Amino acid sequence: MMPDLGKYGATVLGAYGAALALLVLLVLVTLWQGRRMKRALEAVEARVKIDG
Amino acid sequence: MSIWEYANPKKFMQTSAWALPWVSGLALLLLGGGLIWGFFLTPDDYKQGSTVKIIYLHVPSAMMAISAWFMMLAGSLIWLIRRHHVSALAAKAAAPVGLTFTVIGLVTGAIWGQPMWGTWWAWDPRLTSFLILGLFYLGYIALWEAIEDPDTAADLTSVLCIVGSVFAFLSRYAVMFWNQGLHQGASLSVDAKEHVSDVYAFPLWTCIAGFVLLFVMLVLLRTRTEIRGRRMKALLARERVA
Repeated sequence: MMPDLGKYGATVLGAYGAALALLVLLVLVTLWQGRRMKRALEAVEARVKIDG
Repeated sequence: MSIWEYANPKKFMQTSAWALPWVSGLALLLLGGGLIWGFFLTPDDYKQGSTVKIIYLHVPSAMMAISAWFMMLAGSLIWLIRRHHVSALAAKAAAPVGLTFTVIGLVTGAIWGQPMWGTWWAWDPRLTSFLILGLFYLGYIALWEAIEDPDTAADLTSVLCIVGSVFAFLSRYAVMFWNQGLHQGASLSVDAKEHVSDVYAFPLWTCIAGFVLLFVMLVLLRTRTEIRGRRMKALLARERVA
C-alpha cells in the first residue's frame, strides 16, 4: 500500500523515479554491451578457428 | 594462492562467472529489500517529513560515487606499478558506474534540497567538490575513448585518476574542515553528535550494502566485457598480420 507522502509526494516520487530510471538504464546498457561483445568475440573466434 | 592470480584474464573470467549470480542475487535482494523497507515501512521525519525517504537513494549513491573513484585509484596504481591489464580494465569499467552514481547523488540531492534548503543547488564545499568529481568522471571516460593505444590510455587515465582523487577526498571530507555551506556532516559515524535514528539507519545500511553489491556486479560485468573487447582486438590484429 502506498504510504501517505503528504505535501512532499511529488518530491519523493520524483527522486525515486529519476534514481531508479538511471539505475535500470545502467544495468540494461551494461547487459546489452556485454552480450553484444560476447557475440562479436564468438564470431571472430569462430572465423579465426576456421581460417586456422 | 596469491591475489595477483586474479590479474590473469582467464582466471578473472572464471572467478567472476562463478561469483556473478551470487553477487547479483544478493544485490537485488538487499537493494530491493532496503528500498521497500525504507519507502513503505519507515515513518516521516519530524523535521523533513516524507522527504527523509530520499536518504535511501541519495546517501548510498553519493557514498558509492566516491568509493568507486577510490576503487579506480587502486586499479590505476596497480596498473602503474605492476602493469596488470585487468586492473586497468576494471578501473575503466568502474567509471560509467561511478558517473551514474554521481548523477543520481546530484539529482536526488537537488530534489531533496529544494524543499529543505529552499534551493536546488548551492556552491557549498561538498556539493562543489562532488560536482567536480562528476566532471572528472566525464574526463576520465573521454580520455579512455580518445586514445587508441590501450596501454597509453591506461597510463594517462591512471594519472588523471590520481589527480581526481583530491576531489573524491574533498567530496567525502570537505564538511569536516570547511565549516561552511548547507550540507550537514556525517550522520552515520559512531562519533557524530547527531545520529540518524535506528528506524532510518537499518534500512539505510541495507540499501548501502545493496549499492555496494550492485557496484561490484556492474564492475564485474563491465570488466568481463572489456576483457572480451581486448581479446577481440588482439585476434583481429593477428588476423590482419597473417
